[in-house]
Amino acid sequence: MNYTYVLLIPLIPLAVFLLLGLFNQKIKPALSGLIGVLGLTLSTLFSFYTAFQYFFVIGKVNGAFPSLGQKTVWMNFTDTLRIDMGILLDPISVMMLIVVSTISLMVHIYSRGYMKGDEGYTKFFAFLSLFTFSMYGLVLATNLFQIYIFWELVGVSSYLLIGYYYTKDTAVAAAKKAFIVTRFADLGFLIGILIIGYYTGTYDFETLNNPEGSAILNWASTSFMGLSVLTWALILVFIGGAGKSAMFPLHIWLPDAMEGPTPVSALIHAATMVVAGVFLVARLFPMYYFVEEGFALQIVAFVGAFSSLFAAVIAITQTDIKRVLAFSTMSQLGYMMLALGVSGYEGHEGLGYMSSMFHLFTHAMFKALLFLCAGSVIHAVHSNFLKDMGGLRKYMPITNITFLIAALAIAGIPPFAGFWSKDEILVAVYEHNKLLYAVGIIVAGLTAVYIFRIYFGIFWGKDRVYDHAPKESPFSMTFPLIVLAILSATVGFIPFSEFISPDRIGFEGHINIPLALVAVLVGIIGISIAWVFYKKENDLASKAADRFGIFYTWVYDKFYFDELYLYITKNILFKGIAASAAWFDRNIVDGTMNAIGNSTVGVSKKIKGMQSGRVQDYALAFVTGAVLLAIVFIYLWTI
Amino acid sequence: MIAGITIYELFTVTSILFFIGVYGFITRKNLISVLISVELILNASVINFVVINKYLYPDILQGVLFSIFIIAVAAAETALAVSIIINLYRQINSVEVKDIETMKY
Repeated sequence: MNYTYVLLIPLIPLAVFLLLGLFNQKIKPALSGLIGVLGLTLSTLFSFYTAFQYFFVIGKVNGAFPSLGQKTVWMNFTDTLRIDMGILLDPISVMMLIVVSTISLMVHIYSRGYMKGDEGYTKFFAFLSLFTFSMYGLVLATNLFQIYIFWELVGVSSYLLIGYYYTKDTAVAAAKKAFIVTRFADLGFLIGILIIGYYTGTYDFETLNNPEGSAILNWASTSFMGLSVLTWALILVFIGGAGKSAMFPLHIWLPDAMEGPTPVSALIHAATMVVAGVFLVARLFPMYYFVEEGFALQIVAFVGAFSSLFAAVIAITQTDIKRVLAFSTMSQLGYMMLALGVSGYEGHEGLGYMSSMFHLFTHAMFKALLFLCAGSVIHAVHSNFLKDMGGLRKYMPITNITFLIAALAIAGIPPFAGFWSKDEILVAVYEHNKLLYAVGIIVAGLTAVYIFRIYFGIFWGKDRVYDHAPKESPFSMTFPLIVLAILSATVGFIPFSEFISPDRIGFEGHINIPLALVAVLVGIIGISIAWVFYKKENDLASKAADRFGIFYTWVYDKFYFDELYLYITKNILFKGIAASAAWFDRNIVDGTMNAIGNSTVGVSKKIKGMQSGRVQDYALAFVTGAVLLAIVFIYLWTI
Repeated sequence: MIAGITIYELFTVTSILFFIGVYGFITRKNLISVLISVELILNASVINFVVINKYLYPDILQGVLFSIFIIAVAAAETALAVSIIINLYRQINSVEVKDIETMKY
């Protein structure tokens, strides 16, 4: 089996990035957009071909999906510990290839319309390609270190694209915030990697994840503060994942990241990069599950559940539609984490794992669609805020319909994609923990409320008069909307459990009718609430807001987490630690160096008068010295 | 090898020549005289080369050949030094050692 064509999947976007990046000024915008789209089309075709080969041609070997791919040694640390570079094909990486390539292609096509006339058009496509390359590298990574390298690369591309409108102060601040917060989380990831490397002697996923391997069997051999060191390492790795996936309390960067262009939000901050954290936990799932009887996995579950509730509550109050979607993303990511956290390993036990990946897949489709629709709306009315919208269904029929499909999908209404994956998650959680199930159900209801709140707010609500009548977006923008809408409506019917499960054997999936009914009912209730409040212009919403009073303000300001972090960094880190470190640096470190330099200068000033400038004086000194040395060596130092 | 003259006597002569050169180098006021003193030092060492070659290793010729090299180098060096001195004279109208001390520090 030859995997060279798999290698092309990440390399084509890299080549496009280099081409567009190096000849940024030379390439005409129309051409650069075309190059970007064509490159991505090629790698999308390769991705689909790979998936087809993997799932249907090669299929199961000995009843389970195999791990394929190849790798070369990149760096040797010790005899056993080394870093490889290569590609790894297993069910989740192949699935991620599909997600990344599909969404990225759609976003590329969309961007040709959305970014039209922008000054940095070519640069934008170059960055998009860089991101796509990094994301492919991340999902195909064979070991922890390789995933870390690409992990940082997606962070950089995210930084570049959030700060794309670099003349706007808020965009620059948001880019810095995203980079610093995720970087801070990645410190945990790095320490976790180093611990794993030190105690297990390998970075390779295959070796680490083998349930009969030494890494998993010997987890109890070393402990630290009452827990296995590997548990600590996995918690640290999860901190890295939580940073990327905007889990509480490292979520603060995601809403601000919406300063970037909307296609970027769709690609990076909804569908692909932010799920990297979920993917990371899934990638190391056997370790999470077996080490310390899944202690670290419990933490994943609770953090995920809390984040999803927390974000859903905030999403209801936000007025910027992109921010609503950002909190919605955070909430859905929490769902995925929760599902992973409650998953078992063998057979049907692996429902949580499978549903998490399923939800990742469907969520990527409908959330990218939601963002692209929001972008289409923003393109038409030139504002992010709900107050500037309303009654748009007459002006933008395609955006209206596609947004509605995506909204139904995320609210979990059958037969749209979100229903199937969300139902599986709720079943998995129900079987594991009733409290978390309650959280999940509440979040499902809240999701329906906030998504239909903005749906009605944008497309229905008050019939307002626009200064410039908004019109439907060009075909390059509506085409991706239509494609993604079709996908959002249909991907739910993929029998995911056949393909993806922790033990890779697969199991028979089925719908749990009572739980599904409950979930759908909650979704419908949520939609009805939104209907009553926002379908027609009325003051029910503001009345409700007044009723909640201070609690509403509290939620509206995102529980003041930004302010809390600012307080901690400004007053404790900057004033306390950084200021004293700066004082030490300026006075002690620099002072020592300056003192050495100054004393040398002072001494040389004092003794420079000894130089007369007359060559004969020097000659005399030299001869005298030579004679003296001769006397010493010949007569005195004879012994 | 010269009959009746020992190597010690020849060393004495070259040593006297050498130290005359050193003395002259240190005390002369005129740059040309300083240059002549340097030539004396060089000549003393050239004679030493020849003497040691002839008295101690009569079978080989390295020392003699080396002395020829030194003479050639000394000639070149003298030409260079004289040209420097002439240029110096054009600049400051003097070839006195005491006048050339502006480049100290």
